[in-house]
Amino acid sequence: MNVELTLPSRKDEDFRYSDIEALSTVWPIVTEEIEVAAGAEGTLEIVETGAGAVARHVAITLGKGAKFDLRVLTAGPIYGRIAVDVKLGEGADFTLGAAQLATGSETLEVVTQVTHAGLNATSAQIIRTVLAGASVGTYLGRIAVERGADGTDAEQSVRAMLLERTATANARPELEIYADDVKAAHGCAVGELDAQGLFYLMSRGLTPPQAKRLMLQAFIAEAFTGAPGEEALSEAALARLEAIL
Amino acid sequence: MLEITNLQATVADKPILKGLSLTINPGEIHAIMGPNGAGKSTLGYTLGGRPGYEVTGGSATFNDQDLFELEPHERAAAGLFLGFQYPVEIPGVSFVQFLREAANAQRKGRGEEPLSGGEFLKLAREKAGLLRMDMDMLKRPVNVGFSGGEKKRAEMVQMGILDPKLAILDETDSGLDIDALRVCGEGINAIMRKSDKAVLLITHYQRLLDYVKPDFVHVLAAGRIVKSGGPELALRLEEEGYEAVVQETAA
Repeated sequence: MNVELTLPSRKDEDFRYSDIEALSTVWPIVTEEIEVAAGAEGTLEIVETGAGAVARHVAITLGKGAKFDLRVLTAGPIYGRIAVDVKLGEGADFTLGAAQLATGSETLEVVTQVTHAGLNATSAQIIRTVLAGASVGTYLGRIAVERGADGTDAEQSVRAMLLERTATANARPELEIYADDVKAAHGCAVGELDAQGLFYLMSRGLTPPQAKRLMLQAFIAEAFTGAPGEEALSEAALARLEAIL
Repeated sequence: MLEITNLQATVADKPILKGLSLTINPGEIHAIMGPNGAGKSTLGYTLGGRPGYEVTGGSATFNDQDLFELEPHERAAAGLFLGFQYPVEIPGVSFVQFLREAANAQRKGRGEEPLSGGEFLKLAREKAGLLRMDMDMLKRPVNVGFSGGEKKRAEMVQMGILDPKLAILDETDSGLDIDALRVCGEGINAIMRKSDKAVLLITHYQRLLDYVKPDFVHVLAAGRIVKSGGPELALRLEEEGYEAVVQETAA
């Protein structure tokens, strides 16, 4: 089991937006190792809805043709850090759907390092963040395509919704490509709820919190589409959403 | 039902409505026609309470309530329905989910029992049928991927489900082909032509009025109603154009 020993500082790029004080209360982070054999499939749900600080580090290795579906919901912790390292072998497939919901002075982050080490592997990451109050939500996502990992298809879709102007969203998608014939689509947007959509819903009789909740529910749902535990994840997210609004 | 007196409204500090007065009684269908930029859509949005449309003078009383004291959702619960010229697309939210919540929010606002899932679906199916809309379309995300005509028919289905007292329909006829125009027109009649309901149609053209016969036609120009008459006024406008009729009034 790998353990990172020295408490990082904000000078460390991967901890640039972290709440170091809260991190120190759960330091050191024990890495959870997951290996998926060639041709095998695996799934994992990380659901952190407690109020206390939490920091997790998952390292996943996918063999040839292996598949992994990871879903993350962080909604509640004063500090929540979910770091994921994935190494994809030839033809492997990795899906990450993550939603973070924060309010008050909470700090949540998803930090990923997705390494395409073999031919024709595919990865898709969807990150949805909803931030109220003076909360901070961060996504740091590095995709590395190693030499020889031709035919890679790596996708990142990162969106954050600020419910109040006092909240902060950080997003840093990174690409390091040393191969040919690589598809690496990434979209990244930070915004506010569409005022026209809200008015449309309210003009039909929804109260302002109902209209917001409905739109945010749809926004978050994108992270859980197709997940084995889609319904339960959506419900857990909704419960936090109701509390935030 | 609705009494608008000397209404003045601005959009981005620009005066658009400049003293508009209009009274609509139960059982009546009114049409407001007028050239581009006259303030037709502003009237609809101002009555609906859209942010950015600011009332700077005058009043609107809706069934004894000061309309401008109410939030948009309270206006809906009070029985006002605004049909949008450009219905908004809302990805990820299905019509069925949204309309059931909306209908029940309105019912709650009026102190009524909420509709069960089964009751709601039955109602939705009935109203969709009225507008010849496939029920499956209502399971799709709100207006996403709908053609212009489908969006307008979906607006009318919503109106049927929400069962308002007063419908303000902003250019419901725009973007409709001839068949869809007839279907929408018949839908408006079936849903709203009742002795205790009223409609305000906002339109450029006479053609919708062939299907939904108005009791009164008003010409809106430069933020005020400059002429009112019966259905024959719409025919005259179509024939002679707005300019001739508006100028005749000014003279």
